[in-house]
Amino acid sequence: MDKMPAWADAVLVPLISILLAAILSALVILAIGESPVAAFKLMVDGALMRSSGWGYTLYYATNFIFTGLAVSVAFHARLFNIGGEGQAMLGGLGVALVCLFIPWPHWSIALLAASVAAAVMGAAWALIPAYLQAQRGSHIVITTIMFNFIAYSLLNYLLVNQLKPRGSMEPASATFPAGTHLPTFQEMFSTAESAWFRGAPANVAFFLALLACIFVWLLIWRTRLGYEIRALGFSETAATYAGIRPVRITIIAMLISGALAGLMAVNTTQGEAERLLLNSTEGAGFIGIAVALMGRNHPIGVFLAAVLFGFLYQGGAELALWTSIPRELITVIQALVILFTGALDNMVRMPLERIFLALRRKEG
Amino acid sequence: MDFLTVIQVLDSTVRSATPLLLACLAGLYSERSGIFDIGLEGKMLAAAFFAAAIAAFTGSAWLGLGAGIGASVFLALIHGVASINFRGNQLISGVAINFLASGVTILVAQHWFKQGGRTPSLEGAARFEPITLPFANELRDVPFIGPIYYELISGHPILVYIALLAVPATWWVLFRTRFGLRLRAVGEAPEAVDTAGVSVIRLRYSAVLICGLLCGIAGAYLATGLQANFTKEMTANRGFIALAALIFAKWRPWYALYACLLFGFLFAIETRFQNIQMFGFILPVQFVQALPYILTVVILAGFVGKAIPPRAGGEPYVKER
Repeated sequence: MDKMPAWADAVLVPLISILLAAILSALVILAIGESPVAAFKLMVDGALMRSSGWGYTLYYATNFIFTGLAVSVAFHARLFNIGGEGQAMLGGLGVALVCLFIPWPHWSIALLAASVAAAVMGAAWALIPAYLQAQRGSHIVITTIMFNFIAYSLLNYLLVNQLKPRGSMEPASATFPAGTHLPTFQEMFSTAESAWFRGAPANVAFFLALLACIFVWLLIWRTRLGYEIRALGFSETAATYAGIRPVRITIIAMLISGALAGLMAVNTTQGEAERLLLNSTEGAGFIGIAVALMGRNHPIGVFLAAVLFGFLYQGGAELALWTSIPRELITVIQALVILFTGALDNMVRMPLERIFLALRRKEG
Repeated sequence: MDFLTVIQVLDSTVRSATPLLLACLAGLYSERSGIFDIGLEGKMLAAAFFAAAIAAFTGSAWLGLGAGIGASVFLALIHGVASINFRGNQLISGVAINFLASGVTILVAQHWFKQGGRTPSLEGAARFEPITLPFANELRDVPFIGPIYYELISGHPILVYIALLAVPATWWVLFRTRFGLRLRAVGEAPEAVDTAGVSVIRLRYSAVLICGLLCGIAGAYLATGLQANFTKEMTANRGFIALAALIFAKWRPWYALYACLLFGFLFAIETRFQNIQMFGFILPVQFVQALPYILTVVILAGFVGKAIPPRAGGEPYVKER
């Protein structure tokens, strides 16, 4: 018999964890001499009360959906892919190569090609850590961390020595040709009389992220491969006994995870910057960890958590603009969310389990 | 390359290796006891900020060191509570600690000093100044030995010598004391230690606290010894390089020293020379930057000498009932 009903496990535990993180964040804001209520109001105003605010919120959310899904697919196989950052960087390289050197007649074909390139490059960057984990037993967390740094150096080298346009000092590629421009929300939803999402970077890649959510849900819960991934994550011995090959599943799960992380680059590199930048990932690979933890590794949860973090990011930018609270407040909130929903999960779970057991005993 | 350049590069090697070495030994205690720690970076960063801030307020580098150690130990305790008491995922806890330090240092720095996340420059007693070892000035002009002793061995802040002494001390504690034997045992087979009537929780907490202490010294050295103030993200991934060095050293103290000196040497090369010409090829500076990570992956892959972590590493210990 379960100690807790399923709804408590799926909803109550994360809610309490987030509440604890929110209370501590409010205390942090108080401690630096600002008002948490005013700060929260400013964030809501800036991120949710205007359509352009939503345009930024959903742009950030798109990144976090991809990286959050990437982390969750790996989590289902009990692999901790901390390398989303590096995989997304390589995804960006794939996008840049496709967009820079092939003249595309229409953005839809360019989007398709760039997505394939981003996914392939992201997956390729996850392949070596996956192989080393599956075949040689090297810890995937350490190897993916190392691969983040190697990716950064590689990208730095390529941008400075190969892709940078002549005469430019900035480590960035040339601007992509106009044929690769993805429609932004402003272009898609604005009418002649009213401009929606003015100047916001949200673009058609958001819908790609929604498709990725559906894909992951189908993959994990509706396919044989997804079953094998979950079985491996649940118990490696049982999975092996059932004829599942751990090496194969480990590598496949990591390839899918890397591909999802790589896809993030479509949004940032093709959708927003329209050229390859050195820091185009902006830490989204790490936020994916928080998003996956908070979303309980379920696509719906990941989507909601990604929108919440998108709100925090846009709201944080507004705070930095209008108050003396630095943007780094978001990093603190993110750290507290990871701490409470991830590492201190049992702190919330254990007392709750005790309460539910006591309640049940009363009934019975 | 002339003799003096070699000495200068080696001198810079020692300076860059020191924070790596302290953080690496910190990780060594923690991981030998079965607690993975990818939060070395965050602990160092927090220590660097609080050391610089308190040194700026009080004008004393030693009080700064105390504050740095305090901050680092506080984060270590969070890691301990999460991974020992609540059996949480140690890697996730480490990630959280890194973010926490990265955010809090800037928030507090901005609140206290209003200089865009920096602390004011430290002068005089607020910094750990280089100390001159005995006879360094007298021996300075002796050929060959003079420059080596004066430039390379003498003239570092005291924390550098503390870091170097920590290596034999760690070796002695781990391999020659009862505490060390138990510490190594708890990382390999906690159930055996528990059966022998020794508290797993207490052993792991002591390891986590020692880890906090050493990270604290490492951070304080960065902000008050190597540099003269705290700047945003000043640890610059040194915590992860220390982690790489720890794997490279296969969790052994003397090898940790060699690995940190090697990685420190790469730092020194990278800052002094940009692209290096070698056998007609140009070695890009980015390759040198990535080399510690590449070497670690190669070692982890087990093709050149296998690195085997402590067996119970990362696993929370649950007492049998």
